[in-house]
Amino acid sequence: MSKRLKFMLKKELLQTLRDPRMRIVILVMPIFQTLVFGYAVTTDVKSVDTAVVDLANTSATRAVTDQFVASGIFVPVWKNSYEEAWHAMDQSEIQAMILFDRNGRMQFVTDGSRGLSAGVTAGYAAAILGRNQQAPVTVESRAWYNPMLESRNFYVPGVIAMMVMVITLILSSMAVVREVEIGTMEQIMVTPMKRWEFIVGKLLPFGVIGMVNVLVVTAVAVFWFSIPLQGSVPLLMLAAVLYLMNTLGFGLLISTVSRTQQQAMLSAFFVIFPASLLSGFAFPIANMPAVIRFFTLFNPMRYMMTILRDLFLKGNGLSTLWPNYLAMFLLGTALLTTAILRFRKTS
Amino acid sequence: MSTVVRVQGLTKSFKEVQAVKGISFDVAKGEVFGLVGPDGAGKTTAMRILAAILAPDRGSAEILGMDTTSSREKIHDRIAYMSQRFGLYQDLTVEENIRFYADMYGVEKKQQESGIKKLLNWSSLTQFRKRPAGKLSGGMKQKLGLACALVHTPELLLLDEPTNGVDPVSRKEFWNLLYKLVDEGLTIIMTTAYLDEAERCHRLAFMNKGEITARGTPGEIVRLIPGGVYKFKSDNPFEESNLVSSKTGAVSTVFGSQVHVMGDVTEQDIQTTVGRSVQISKTQGSVEDAFVYLSETVYDR
Repeated sequence: MSKRLKFMLKKELLQTLRDPRMRIVILVMPIFQTLVFGYAVTTDVKSVDTAVVDLANTSATRAVTDQFVASGIFVPVWKNSYEEAWHAMDQSEIQAMILFDRNGRMQFVTDGSRGLSAGVTAGYAAAILGRNQQAPVTVESRAWYNPMLESRNFYVPGVIAMMVMVITLILSSMAVVREVEIGTMEQIMVTPMKRWEFIVGKLLPFGVIGMVNVLVVTAVAVFWFSIPLQGSVPLLMLAAVLYLMNTLGFGLLISTVSRTQQQAMLSAFFVIFPASLLSGFAFPIANMPAVIRFFTLFNPMRYMMTILRDLFLKGNGLSTLWPNYLAMFLLGTALLTTAILRFRKTS
Repeated sequence: MSTVVRVQGLTKSFKEVQAVKGISFDVAKGEVFGLVGPDGAGKTTAMRILAAILAPDRGSAEILGMDTTSSREKIHDRIAYMSQRFGLYQDLTVEENIRFYADMYGVEKKQQESGIKKLLNWSSLTQFRKRPAGKLSGGMKQKLGLACALVHTPELLLLDEPTNGVDPVSRKEFWNLLYKLVDEGLTIIMTTAYLDEAERCHRLAFMNKGEITARGTPGEIVRLIPGGVYKFKSDNPFEESNLVSSKTGAVSTVFGSQVHVMGDVTEQDIQTTVGRSVQISKTQGSVEDAFVYLSETVYDR
């Protein structure tokens, strides 16, 4: 490592650690985000207040109701008429209805205004009713890798990809523009410092911060939330390095098209939102229209998301995950090269 | 006297705007050379080319015998450039800022200790060495910027409007520091829009719209005003100044309640256009008068 690069890194470290906001961003924010996604963001349906109106009141209808109640998911709220039940749904006092007419025919209604959980609730109901059929074949579905289908297992590994992009992309793009803004860039340009030393000196600290974030969130996921990390840690680290090539490349690219730190931050958000939405973090890529699906091929977060989930839950190795690693490497190289070339031109 | 800077036919355009149009000048060792002119004259562009951070379209700039386009790094080792807003890290202390630039210039650690001590002393910032740069006054920031720029003992110092926005007392102090450096053999090229500052330079070049329209010592520049300067007191100086310039074609400006008239006019012309009996005195004029005169007349040669 060249001497000047060492001094540049020393200066960056000094500035970063002196800033109390930076210390919070680096350590507190990732943990906070992980806890939010671990506890608050959940699509699991735990208890559904369910109005039950049984106009037939036969042993068969009561048996069905008992099965719903016994599941532990549906909490019965007894009502005497359909109207009462409808009213309760209008008032959001209940989230589902089990209705039996005088002939014992059943209707199950969920509150569709609640989107995702409405579907999950309907799924539960179907499962319970399926078990009730006295058919020769019983249908029983089992989810692999995440047997309880806990959304936490699904989301927390994904938080790593989100976190690293948000932190490193915003900070790196702003850090470079800041030097332009306060005029130190022009001064550094007249020192014998080489351009690559400046770029590495600016980006490497954020690379380190990104790696620390990955380790912190992984530790919280494994030790706090008991999310199994089935795959290897070195593979996780390798993915993180390749992913950081992308986020830092993007950061540098943004800094070459921004004049102020504000512009840089807004541009960074402009990248982060579509990248997250099209990463498969919350919405499955497989369900997207073909055109959009094509665009996701250029989204590094998509590959990172796949790697993270497969590493954590399936424990896959390079033999199956290599296309994702390769894609991140290629995208990262392209991004960094473009950014460095543009950086030369603009300054 | 050896030549430190030789500029020949320097030209630079940005899109449609021709910022610098074929300027040429030489600067000798130990000289304080001033590039003077109104905003947008192309001074900063010229300085950035001299600092080897901007490549000219045509022409060449030779610094210490090296070409700015082919020997960038060697030049950077031996010159200092202070841009309009010298970049200091606001969250680093005075000492950390100087040390950072010393490190960037590859000054040996052993030399750093004595050098930084000397610079702090010279700029009287010693007592503030632990203070963050962001908490310094404008004048102190300026001195710190200069100290940072000089940390590698350069042979040529390029200053782009160094005292912009600095109070007069600090400006005077800054100039005293500069003169000390010149006594030690440093060569300085500076741009300025302050005319009192231009008067302190050994030689000046007037830049207007990308061209050097006049050059010489401050005394020579003043003598470029043909026939000297007529001055008279007025109660409506702006009105009468405009009247004189539009009627006679002379250049006229206002200093407080005084009107200065320069150019091809006589005392009689002024008397008749103003239309009242005025007390007119004639002087040689100042660099400031020359600045106005040269900015407003197309100087054909």
